[in-house]
Amino acid sequence: MVPLNWYLMLSAVVFMIGVFGFLTRKNIIIMFMSVELMLNGVNISLVAFSHYLQDMRGQILVFFIITVAAAEAAIGLAIIIALFRNKSTAHVDEMNEMKG
Amino acid sequence: MNNYLLIPFLPLAAFLINILLGRNFLKEKAHWVSILAVAGSWVVAVMALVDTMAGKTINEDLYSWFVSGNFKVSVGFLIDQLTAVMLIVVTTCSMLIHIYSVGYMHGDKGFYRFFAYLSLFTFCMLMLVMANNFLQLYFGWEGVGLCSYFLIGYYFDKKSASDAGKKAFIVNRFGDFGFGLGIIMIFLTFGTVYYEPVFAQAGGFANHTVNFLGYDVHLMTLIALLLFCGSVGKSAQMPLHVWLPDAMEGPTPVSALIHAATMVTAGVFLVARCSPIFSLSETALMVVALTGAITSLFAATIGLVQNDIKRIIAYSTISQLGYMFLACGVGAYSAGIFHLYTHAFFKALLFLCAGSVMHAMAGELNLQKMGGLKKYMPVTYMTMLLASLSIAGVPGFAGFFSKDEILWLAYSGPSPVGKLVWAIGTVVAFLTALYSFRLIFLTFHGKFRGTHEQEHHLHESPKVMTIPLILLCVGAIASGWVGIPHLLGGGAHFTEFMKPVLGHPEGHGTHSEEWMVMAISVIAGFSGIGLAYFMYLKRADIPVRLAARFSAVHKILFNKYYVDEFYSFLIVRPAIWIAKNILIGITDAKIIEAIVNGIPKAIGGFSQVIRKVQTGFLQHYATIMATGILIIIALMLLR
Repeated sequence: MVPLNWYLMLSAVVFMIGVFGFLTRKNIIIMFMSVELMLNGVNISLVAFSHYLQDMRGQILVFFIITVAAAEAAIGLAIIIALFRNKSTAHVDEMNEMKG
Repeated sequence: MNNYLLIPFLPLAAFLINILLGRNFLKEKAHWVSILAVAGSWVVAVMALVDTMAGKTINEDLYSWFVSGNFKVSVGFLIDQLTAVMLIVVTTCSMLIHIYSVGYMHGDKGFYRFFAYLSLFTFCMLMLVMANNFLQLYFGWEGVGLCSYFLIGYYFDKKSASDAGKKAFIVNRFGDFGFGLGIIMIFLTFGTVYYEPVFAQAGGFANHTVNFLGYDVHLMTLIALLLFCGSVGKSAQMPLHVWLPDAMEGPTPVSALIHAATMVTAGVFLVARCSPIFSLSETALMVVALTGAITSLFAATIGLVQNDIKRIIAYSTISQLGYMFLACGVGAYSAGIFHLYTHAFFKALLFLCAGSVMHAMAGELNLQKMGGLKKYMPVTYMTMLLASLSIAGVPGFAGFFSKDEILWLAYSGPSPVGKLVWAIGTVVAFLTALYSFRLIFLTFHGKFRGTHEQEHHLHESPKVMTIPLILLCVGAIASGWVGIPHLLGGGAHFTEFMKPVLGHPEGHGTHSEEWMVMAISVIAGFSGIGLAYFMYLKRADIPVRLAARFSAVHKILFNKYYVDEFYSFLIVRPAIWIAKNILIGITDAKIIEAIVNGIPKAIGGFSQVIRKVQTGFLQHYATIMATGILIIIALMLLR
């Protein structure tokens, strides 16, 4: 039996990798993948709690998150392709039109 | 009652039709609407007069105008003897002048506008005289002032005309301010603004005083004088007379209707209407009488030396209005209204004749360039001569009866200043005859002094203009016959008719005194005419020599006692200086603009600084969010 703490630590590690990846990498696709990592980090902790508390609601929530993530991936990739066609680059610093 | 509603509302309907449809649809036919409306009003007004003569007066509310606490005002109509006479004066003059205007304004590009304003004016004037409360009176009062402004500035592309319109409006503000305060005082005192309860209760307040600016003032004197302020402005009395001569910039029918026959007499009407209040204050009556007497003398002397034909008649109007106030001031209200009524006819006629002369002279107004017009325009000459005989007080004409009644009641009445104002009035009667016939002789007699082109152009005016002249002329001669005094075997019907509203002042004097007063005024009138004949026809060099001999006097008179210059120095220029240097220079530039421009500028500057936060880099935002979350977690853990 793997203790709950381990799952939570794994969850935190995966989430933080996502955060750091999002903050430090400049390629928009990598950043996008980092977002997915963050989501999955959360998923791990939800499933762990669900099992620990013997409550299925956590896993239901995970399914929702996966669904949303799939939709997000579809739209997000479409946006990235549109951006790439406009800018011919995937470098995020090139995309600063919204500055004040 | 319902019939009588047509009197004011027909002209209002004509105004609406003309102003909405005139420009595009009615165009040159606009006059039909207005004339038919005012003719309808006239018919109903005559019916009202007949009903009133049978002793039927009406005082009815039409609908509730506004109600606030115990302050209630309705649109209501009061038709009594005074109103009936005013209705006849207003609708008759208005109708004839409407018809005259068809010829006079022919071909003007603002034709429909002119008739629309004339109708609006007629509506407001009728509302003024038919009101049964002070607030509706005030509505009509301001309405006619507004129409006066519109019509003086009718030729608005001419600077002098638009200036004259503004001047009339602004000068009237001074008077109307007092009038407004007077109405407020009436409400504070009586708790209502309806005539009937106010006049009924006025006697009960005869000895009340009120604290005004730290002084104990007799309440009725204060109210009467405040109301009189409005009269002074509207009726162009000293010291607010300056607007009327300038108002001659308007088209001549306007001068005849508004600035001679009707609107300017509203002040006299107000004093007569409020006679129950005025009669309670000897001081107020004295002020009214002296203002009237001094104004009439003052204006008559100016009229002697002016050269502009319309301005002479304008000063004559001021002078005659002074006469009416003089009458009211000695308590002879009915004599004042009688003079108002006869004056409306002969003065409107004088103006229309002057308009006819202008028409023939292609807009020339200078007397010195006329002369000998008699043979070119016989109808105008005859009618103007008869009007001048009337104003000069030649026995048998309308002006004689009303003027004589005023002078007699001034002489014999109980007023402490009666004898003084009688003396002034007699002098004015002489001056009136003198300047009126100076006008006649210089215009119609002698040789033509204008250019050849002008002489070639001379012609009698068309029928549509001369027929109203003839009809008004009948009024100028015959309108006085309703008030022939007992002394001459008449019945003094006018005074009898007015008795229920205005009381019946009794002259205390013998018949021989009455004959004497009459004889003196007739002699004054005839000697004025004679002197004018001698000075301006027989010995045309005398006026020039007199002017040279008494050049200082002549200059003062010619420049109208420098009243305009005085006001310009005392009021206009300081006001402009304050406007330029303080209101524009400090308040506007330094305070208002500082606020209005300063706030956006400060916000803009601040934004310049903080907008840098929005870098547009996605990761900066993400970092800030992450930092924020970290801080929140840290705070939660440390707690």
